[in-house]
Amino acid sequence: MTNKSKGVVAWLKHTDLVKNRWLYLLLLPALAFIIIFAYIPMVGVLIAFEDFDPIAGIFGSAWTGIENFRFFFSSSDWIQVTLNTLYLNTLFIATGTIGAVFIAIIMSELGKGLFVKISQTFMTLPNFVSWATVALFSVAFLGSDGIINAALEGAGIKPIPFYSSPDVWPTVFVIIRIWKGTGWSAIVYMAAILGIDQSIYEAAKIDGASKMRCIFQITIPMIKNIIILMFIMSIGNIFKGDFGMIYPFIGDNTLLYPTVDVIDTYVFRALRSFTNYGRTAAIGLYQSLMGFILVLFANWLAKRYSPESAIF
Amino acid sequence: MRTQSGSKIRERRGDRAATIIFYTVAALFAILCLYPFYQVLISSFADETTLVREGYKFIPSKFSADAYRTLFASNQILYAYGVTILSTVAGTLLSLLVTAMAAYALSGKKLKYRNAVNFFFYFTMLFSGGLIPYYILMRNYLHLTNSLLVYIIPGMFNVWNMFLLRNFFNDVPESLREAATLDGANEVVIAFRIILPLSLPALATVSLFSALSFWNEWMASMLYIDDERLYTLQYLIVRMVNSISAASNLGQAGLPPGIASVPANTLRLATAIVTIGPIVLLYPFLQKYFVAGLRVGGVKE
Repeated sequence: MTNKSKGVVAWLKHTDLVKNRWLYLLLLPALAFIIIFAYIPMVGVLIAFEDFDPIAGIFGSAWTGIENFRFFFSSSDWIQVTLNTLYLNTLFIATGTIGAVFIAIIMSELGKGLFVKISQTFMTLPNFVSWATVALFSVAFLGSDGIINAALEGAGIKPIPFYSSPDVWPTVFVIIRIWKGTGWSAIVYMAAILGIDQSIYEAAKIDGASKMRCIFQITIPMIKNIIILMFIMSIGNIFKGDFGMIYPFIGDNTLLYPTVDVIDTYVFRALRSFTNYGRTAAIGLYQSLMGFILVLFANWLAKRYSPESAIF
Repeated sequence: MRTQSGSKIRERRGDRAATIIFYTVAALFAILCLYPFYQVLISSFADETTLVREGYKFIPSKFSADAYRTLFASNQILYAYGVTILSTVAGTLLSLLVTAMAAYALSGKKLKYRNAVNFFFYFTMLFSGGLIPYYILMRNYLHLTNSLLVYIIPGMFNVWNMFLLRNFFNDVPESLREAATLDGANEVVIAFRIILPLSLPALATVSLFSALSFWNEWMASMLYIDDERLYTLQYLIVRMVNSISAASNLGQAGLPPGIASVPANTLRLATAIVTIGPIVLLYPFLQKYFVAGLRVGGVKE
């Protein structure tokens, strides 16, 4: 063996890839997966700049520059779906946070007895039912002869034709999300409340502070940080429409689009009805980019607000 | 003095009132969370014509199991059950294996390039190519259509679960690994013989999360499956709801109501019950794992 090849062998022996070959072997399936299912589709965003022809493939199709984007942005659709996405998500974040903090405070005040255990089991259960099933449940409540309309009729109020009234859906979704998610999201805040130093409460009690006063002057200020942090983190997702929730309820019911058609449902419908992949990919890329920018923004905010809570 | 003790008593009364209100609110909310389950369950056992005539009652005046008989008489629900169970079991096992292997490799300070690899994984949570390139990849390049693999393969690894498990593995004492290395065991042996058996609660948590996502899958059915026998349970439900929504829409537009074939009320409810059955029955026993997962998920390294 020559000196040079000996050097190469020695170098190979010391590189991390050889030294930790077993570890890299364990990592290999996950790496292959992420390359195929996440990074290759990222290359696929090139379709957004093409008149994509499935037979010619990504690299064989004709380039059209920003034509696909011009098409999307020249229709009024993009404003509607963008606004709907932002509006619904803002609504969900605000009501979801308030509900979760409210329930967390109440549950923490009640201690750790059997009552709390059982009611917490009930409250967290809806979180584990799929949106599709919830949508099916809701038919019994929202249908023309459903429970809500029967109650309204009983009270002498005009029934609401839910499946053809777009204006009620943001409220309907808020209520359903509170039912489904509050008990679950409260757990994070309950853990935070559990972490508060008990001696603060004891000192306040000696000074004669009432329960409500302790909540407003100790509990809430002490968990303010985690509330703000959770809020900032949800800003990063504000451009992602909750497709999994909206589609099972709305499907192809065009009457409801004015208020609940979000970017994700729009892209999905475009995928199924347009044959123009390029245009649809352009919308998807617009959403991914905006989402990415917002995640960076949220992280910047988190860093400014509390450096240790920034994600990267 | 008198005024002070007076205000103390008033405050204690205030505390008692607050506690009563808290109990009431918590109890009401818990009941509200459970009520839809009860209503759907009890109504699924109602007699169809009674339900249509009288509406949803807290206790139906006439019971019948016809809906369940009809439901299980059709092969579709049985196929869907089979597909969903098979993809959930196979998918969860495979995903656990792939995810835990990667999580072990990246735990601790073993790999020199672990930060770069972490970022390589993490970046995919920040940016994605979107649905269209993914769809084209699945259909035109991987040909993952009309097969159970379309449920299993795309779910066989999850970045979030990987980071969750990695954080668990970080807590396993380094000395255990070092001792095993001195005994001549390689990393694969250490991972499978020492670290994974020590992390069973963590693995249980992650498998529950991934089992739930396999169980709730329906988009893959819609996008990549044409053969009705390969639909998942959830997709049957999505189709059912959409047909109701569309039907009531047509009804509003003044079309004859008979034109759309709306599934019978109780059959719909029975389907909902049958699909959530396993989750609701297992949930009280598994709850602590889910909660543990959430707590750890919130803790960043």
